[in-house]
Amino acid sequence: MALRPVRPRSDLPLAVDPSSRFLGWITALMAFLAALALAGAMLVSDMAQRWDSGLAGGLTVQVAPMPGAPVAPLDERAEAALTVLRSTPGIGSATLLSGGEIARLLEPWLGSGASDPLLPMPRMIDVVADGPVDIAGLRLRLASAAPGATLDDHAVWLADLRSFAGAIRLAALGVVVLIGAAAVMTVVFAVRTGLAIHRPVVELLHLMGATDRYVSRQFERHVVSLSLRGGGIGLLLAGGTMYGLHRASQGLRASLLPDLALEPWQWVVLLLVPAALALLALATARWTVLRTLESMP
Amino acid sequence: MIRFENVGLRYGTEAEVLRDISFTLQPGSFHFLTGASGAGKSSLLKLMYLAHRPSRGLVTLFGRDMAMVTRRDLPELRRQIGVVFQDFALLDHLSALDNVALPLRMAGTPEADVVAHCSEILRWVGLGNHLHAKPSTLSGGQKQRVAIARSVINRPRLLLADEPTGNVDDGIGMRLLYLFEELYKLGTTVVIATHNEALIRRFDHPRLHLDNGRLMVLPARGRVELRAKDARANDSAWE
Repeated sequence: MALRPVRPRSDLPLAVDPSSRFLGWITALMAFLAALALAGAMLVSDMAQRWDSGLAGGLTVQVAPMPGAPVAPLDERAEAALTVLRSTPGIGSATLLSGGEIARLLEPWLGSGASDPLLPMPRMIDVVADGPVDIAGLRLRLASAAPGATLDDHAVWLADLRSFAGAIRLAALGVVVLIGAAAVMTVVFAVRTGLAIHRPVVELLHLMGATDRYVSRQFERHVVSLSLRGGGIGLLLAGGTMYGLHRASQGLRASLLPDLALEPWQWVVLLLVPAALALLALATARWTVLRTLESMP
Repeated sequence: MIRFENVGLRYGTEAEVLRDISFTLQPGSFHFLTGASGAGKSSLLKLMYLAHRPSRGLVTLFGRDMAMVTRRDLPELRRQIGVVFQDFALLDHLSALDNVALPLRMAGTPEADVVAHCSEILRWVGLGNHLHAKPSTLSGGQKQRVAIARSVINRPRLLLADEPTGNVDDGIGMRLLYLFEELYKLGTTVVIATHNEALIRRFDHPRLHLDNGRLMVLPARGRVELRAKDARANDSAWE
């Protein structure tokens, strides 16, 4: 089965070419893969963005027990750390976590024993910044006022996360570029074959006064029509796949996976995939035809 | 209009098929191109409709030296030339109207005008009832008329026909030549390649005669009057 161009009349009978018989379906497959790659990249970006915004601006201060050390008691050092934090420019709030809250945080690792009062539990302070904070200066003042206090600004975690998201985006971009290259090669092959098959007709058109652009427009209309239809089919398949994955992810009891729903603007981006493929096909067909015709009389 | 000076043409490394061809065609002239099969008539026509470039010599067309014409300039020159090919060269997947419309569409004529002009000229050649017929459904004579309509639809300055009467009977052949003569009277320069001596004798035009690749220009010899039965055949030729 072949996708037929919509335009009924063409000076070149390209619609019946064996070479273009599968061009539409190949384009559909490419559009499907490109749309999935783009959707994956956008979902990963969203996920990284959510994690990023959740952690950015957040600081954690931990005041560790120091048994035997010549320092103030743990609670006094925690209070001293709180005082330092609340007097630091850029800090919006600093909240000391209760023992129960700390036990809940540690429960995945320590189990129910996390709430044992005999365990030397550190004091944790949740800090929210509402402006730029001098992290290095804050570390020094905390170390001076509350020995054993450490400040975690999540920089390492955030850097790893951004790096991971960047790698995913790059990989998706690579897939899209590869798909584009495959599309270009497919169109070049189809157009060159079409030119070879219809060389007598092309020569006749030339003898009647057709310019190379007139001939190339015949090929351009043909490949754009097939690309748009194939791309539309590929996008529909990709949309169906995305919807299926979204429904499947909603069925999971634990939220192990991020939300696989796309925003409206992201759907618009996916809608551009067939248009981009059609534009690529148009440019490729024009370039191929004009270059090939240059060698004709 | 056309000037050939010491023109030679060879295909590849073969011997020259045209040798030392020199002649001048004035605007609005009518010539037959004659010669035995293989004498080089089609090759000479191909030089005239710019399908080939000469191996040597000077070809001047519409006042332009073809040696100085670039590939980019060719379409504009070719649009001023109407060609009736020996094998009609119709595009089988297009209707008669779309075949005739090709030169107009190439020239960017508005589609409404294209349809109107093509319908009119097809009616003029007696194919008003076959506007949308595919060439495969037409007879040899009908195809020939479609090819002629296509060659003259954009009012060319030069009309070249390669054996236009080769595939039709004498009655239709006569009618075709009368059509060409009408165009000639309208100012078109006409060159008809044919080996049909009987038809040539009925028209008072000079001839370019090729013999083994060399050209002689022969003057007109006077028109032979049609016999009554030929005239009747001509009148009914399109029916």
